Parts: sequence; C-alpha cells; structure tokens
Amino acid sequence: MESESTVSKEGRRYKVVVAKLGLDGHDRGAKVVARALRDAGFDVIYLGVHQTPENVVRTAIEEDADVIGVSILSGSHIELVSDLVKLLKEKNVKIPIIVGGIIPPEDYEELKKLGVAEILGPGTPLSKIIEICRRLAEERRRGS
Amino acid sequence: MWDPKEIEKIREKLMEWEKEVVEPILKKMPERKREFLTEQGFVVKRLYTPVDLAELGWNYLEKLGFPGQYPFTRGIYPTMYRGRPWTIRQYSGYGSAEETNKRYRYLLSIGQTGLSMAFDLPTQLGLDPDHPLAYYEVGKVGVACPTPVEMDIVFKDIPMDKITTSMTINATAMEILSMYILVAESRGIPRHVLGGTVQNDILKEFIARNNYIYPPLPSMRYATDLIIWAAKEMPKWNSISISGYHFEEAGATPAQEIAFTLADGIEYVRWVLERGKAQGWPKSVDDFAPRLSFFFAARTNLFEQVAKFRAARRMWAKIMKEWFGAKNPRSMMLRFHTQTAGVQLTAQQPLVNLIRTTIQALAAILGGTQSLHVNSYDEALSLPTEEAVKLSIRVQQVILYESGVVDTVDPLGGAYYVEWLTDMLENEAWKLIEKIEGMGGMLKAIELGWPQAEIARAAYEYQLRVERGEIPIVGVNIFVEQEMPRIKVLKVDPAVRERVIARLNEYRKSRDMVKVERALNELRRVAEREDVNLMPYILEAVRAGATLGEISGALREVWGEWRAPEVI
Repeated sequence: MESESTVSKEGRRYKVVVAKLGLDGHDRGAKVVARALRDAGFDVIYLGVHQTPENVVRTAIEEDADVIGVSILSGSHIELVSDLVKLLKEKNVKIPIIVGGIIPPEDYEELKKLGVAEILGPGTPLSKIIEICRRLAEERRRGS
Repeated sequence: MWDPKEIEKIREKLMEWEKEVVEPILKKMPERKREFLTEQGFVVKRLYTPVDLAELGWNYLEKLGFPGQYPFTRGIYPTMYRGRPWTIRQYSGYGSAEETNKRYRYLLSIGQTGLSMAFDLPTQLGLDPDHPLAYYEVGKVGVACPTPVEMDIVFKDIPMDKITTSMTINATAMEILSMYILVAESRGIPRHVLGGTVQNDILKEFIARNNYIYPPLPSMRYATDLIIWAAKEMPKWNSISISGYHFEEAGATPAQEIAFTLADGIEYVRWVLERGKAQGWPKSVDDFAPRLSFFFAARTNLFEQVAKFRAARRMWAKIMKEWFGAKNPRSMMLRFHTQTAGVQLTAQQPLVNLIRTTIQALAAILGGTQSLHVNSYDEALSLPTEEAVKLSIRVQQVILYESGVVDTVDPLGGAYYVEWLTDMLENEAWKLIEKIEGMGGMLKAIELGWPQAEIARAAYEYQLRVERGEIPIVGVNIFVEQEMPRIKVLKVDPAVRERVIARLNEYRKSRDMVKVERALNELRRVAEREDVNLMPYILEAVRAGATLGEISGALREVWGEWRAPEVI
C-alpha cells in the first residue's frame, strides 16, 4: 500500500507518533491504527501504553513528527489533551493532534477549541484515518 | 452410537436432496455469498445432519454426557437455570465511593443479584489518588479505593454477608481484598463467610489488558499466593477469574480466546502446585482448583459463541482430570462469568446496541454461564447512564423470565451444527495449547511476545475485513446515517478527586506511623523470601493503616516495575 503520497517533496516519509495517553490500557485501536499507517507508508513511532503528555511531546519533537495520534478510553481526554497542547505551545512547536478513543460527542467542541485537529471515534474507517494523517502531514510540511 | 447403515441411508438421501432440490433452486436463485464463514474462519455448510457428526466420530456419552457430570459439556450443574438462575452482575463503579454506593443500591433495587466492582486506574495500578500520574484518572473508569475508608462507604447499607461481590482487580488484588475483609470484619462478618471473586489474573494483563505493575515472575508469585491463601481462609471466595474476555476485546478469535485462557489456567495451576511445595500446602489440585473461576466474552455470532463456551468447559474438565489428576469433580468444573463484547458496541446509532447485547446475552445463557454482565447501549460513547444500565438488567430479565430458553438444560445440545462447531473450535484450541506447551507454557510464550502478536494480528485482519465490507456492521459500514448521536451521557464530577484526596489525608494523619512503618518493613522483608505467603503481610499492612499506594510502593522497591515491549 506504500505510495508516493506518504513521502514529502524532500523525500522524507511522513512521520506519526501514536501513543496511549494516561493510565488506560485499551490499546487495540491504537495498535490497529499504527499498523494501518505503517502499511500505508508512514513512518510510525508507536509509544504504547501509559504515556505521559511530557513523553509524547518530547518524542514528537525529537523525531520531528508530522502528526501526533493519541488514544484515550478512560474519560480523561480533556485534561490529558490540555496538557499535551500546553506543552507543545511552551516548546513553540506546531504538530497537529488527532484524538481517538471513547469521546462523548459533547466533548468534541471543547477538544477542538483546545486546538485538536481531528477527533476520530469508534467506527472510523482506516482509510479515512490514513487520509486525514496524510492531509495534516502535508499541511504541516507546507507550513514549516 | 451411529448405526453405519442408518448413516449411509441419510447420506444417500442428502445427496439426493442436494441434486434434486437444491441444485435447481441455486440455478434460479444463487445464494447471497459464495462462502459463509464463522468468525473463526470455518466454512459453514448449507446444512448439517447426523452425517457430519458421524464423520467426526462423535459419540454422545464421550462428548456430552450429562449436565453436572464429566466432561460438563452440557453444563456444570444438573438442573442449571431450572434450579438457580445465573447471577445478574453488572460491572459498575465510578466517581466517589458515595456515588458508587448509590449506583449499587439502585442496581440491587431493580433486580441485580450480585455486585461487580470497577476500580479506577490508579487503584488498579497501585497509585494513591494524589500521585502525579494518578490525578486525572481518579474516579474515571471506576471507584477510587486507596484505603478501607472508601470501601466502607461503597458498601454502606449493603449486606456483605449475603451478596457476592466480584472485583476487577489484579496487580493490587491483595490490597483490595484485604480492605474488603477488614470492612466486613468491622461489621462482625468473618472472612470465611464472604462470597465473591477477585480477578487476580495477571497473565492476561501482560497479554492484553495492560494493567500490570511488577515484572512477570514476582507478579505470578503475588497472584499464586492469593490463590493459596484464599483456598484455606475463604472457602466461598473465587481467588482468581481466569479471563478470556480481554483477549476477545483485544482481537482474539474464539479459538484463541479459549486456548489462551486455558493455557493461563494451566500456568496458574502449575505455579500453585510448585509454590505449594515451598509453602507446605496445597498438596494436590483438589485443595484449590474448585475455587478457580473463569471469565469470557459473548459476541453476536450466536452459535459459534455457544460452541465456544461448551468447548472450553469440556477442555478444562479434561485438563484437570487427565493432566493434573483431579479427583474432585468440582475441580473439573469450568465456572464462568460472561460479559457481552464491548468491542461490538457502535457509537453510531447507539440504541441498536441493545439488539446486539440481547443476542450476545442469549449466547452466554445458551452457553451455560454462571453470571452475566450486559453492556449498556451508550458505552461506545461514555460510562453508562442509570437508564442505560437498567435496560441491560432488563435484557437479562426478559431472557430469564419470558423467553423460555432456560426451561431445559443446554437446549442446543445435539444440534448438528452446534456440536460440529464445538468440536471444530475444540480442535483449533488444542492446537494452540500444544503450541504454547511447546514454548514452555504461557509465561514463556508471553516473554516471547507470542500471544500478544497473535492477537494484534487477528485484530488487524478483522479491521481490514470490516474495511473491505466482508464483515458488515449496521450503522458503521451498512445502513449508515450521517447524523452524530445525541444522547445523554454520564460525566464524572472532577470534584470527586479533591474529596477522595481530602479523606486520604485525614486517614494518613489519624494512623500510628510506627505501626505502618513496621508493617511495610515486614512486607519488604517477606517479598524477598520465596517460601513465605505474602497475603497475611499485606492484610496486616492494610490493618495497620498503610494505603494502597504505600503497599504497592514497598513491593515496587523490592521487585521493580515492568515495562512491556510494545508489539503492533
């Protein structure tokens, strides 16, 4: 499935950091998404479970990631994503964030206000996730 | 049991039917798909007859026997639900102890018959609520329980001597069980009368659920010590709930769910027997095996799920009898709790989930479960509201009181298709168990990352099939509606954590620190000694006033923490 469209003009593959933020251990979704992105040609850094916002931000900066994908099913998404956004701002880094997991519809707006690029709940097709990651990565490369 | 002449006659008639009746129909109206597959990937035939079972060498007495008798395929009790219904046991708990107590009393008031306690992630991971990593997660997916004070509030006005309580607690199972024991004790209820379950299944945490603390070896010692201690001290308590549910949720096929669960069971039995030698007891499997319990998922694919439960029951009976030499039939009985498959809930058109969970519940009941949780229709969006949970209980009550499926034991027993599926799944599961045995048992297999990788692969393949439309899901890839669901959801009040932390601080001030330090030092000392059972020391530490985080912290100092390699 790897294609030109996951490679930037400079010839570097788009890079996505995928992490389970917080103490929640439900990692099926995060793993499936990580694998699908890898199969689609992305460079995927899968951090796994029990990740702090600090570690995700540090990794994303070190790796010069184009997209951060976090999965949260514990209900702590607002607090954890707030920290993530705050840390990125402190470091003056712009990397789009995608949130997946169990997110009540009424929280979508608040997450968007925080600056989350996309919220992708259960049932989202992998093809759509790949498409969105590609678009966000392209936009970031164009912007920087 | 099959008269060869009779089978031959059926075979001839069957061929005649295929040729004269089916073929002309197929010409006019082809079937909807070229191939019909079960979730395990078995090709399903158009029709099953005695010929299929005769070809498998199927024999009634050997494969089924009678309910309440070896190999327990038809059920573990002679009269099953005619005698006693399954326990209606909704997994529940959120926010503060007060809210959880209120929810429990509500559930009991509308017909729930057992409790199932959900703890928040800090409690499951041995962190007090004021720990920096814990803060956001306090009270979110369950109740916060750092001290017996919280446990006492949760069980306010609930008769602990009459109700059975199941607790989803693993890496901190001893601390939580100690709190439960001490609260009961304070009400004059001795521990030997308490009935319930601690999940205490650390192997599945390493494979799929991810709520582990310590490295595998000390974690196994912890789990095993609880099994041994409870077998002696708490005759009505299930010291472990060996869980396949989380494998299914992570993506396992039905055969993987059976095989990995039973392979975990085998590993625990071996560990208990081995540590029994060091501690002087138990001497045989019959000393503890009757208190081992199990936990499976029920998916919507009805018949294969029923077959899964029946196959698992038959296999465990055989393992206990033939591998471990059990003499007591109770050691051979696979008693299990079931939860409907959370992963099959959809966020789209959430009310449709009620229909799914009804079929799933039916699968569990036709499969002979001892206890059942039905997921609520709103759980792909949030924690369940009171109204949604009520419907989950009503689903169980309608099946129990209105459907009539409980009026006879194992009503699907003898159905050609179901028996064929049961045998097929059993064969697949044995192959996987043999593979794990070849690796040196489940703990070794986990260290190799094998079951983790197998489940991740199955999950990915499943998702690709959903993408291709080979697995239709109403509302997700067929009959899709664009509108976002607007339903009332339950939110945990963030003020909960301040309340829990305030009570924790008060608790810390009120205790005798000399006693606490002494108990924690004792615990550190015995944690290093393989021949000592840990449970009495943890019980004493809780009694002395040590918090969950402090006890877990002491064990972390001795054993270290585990960071699993990530497999995608």
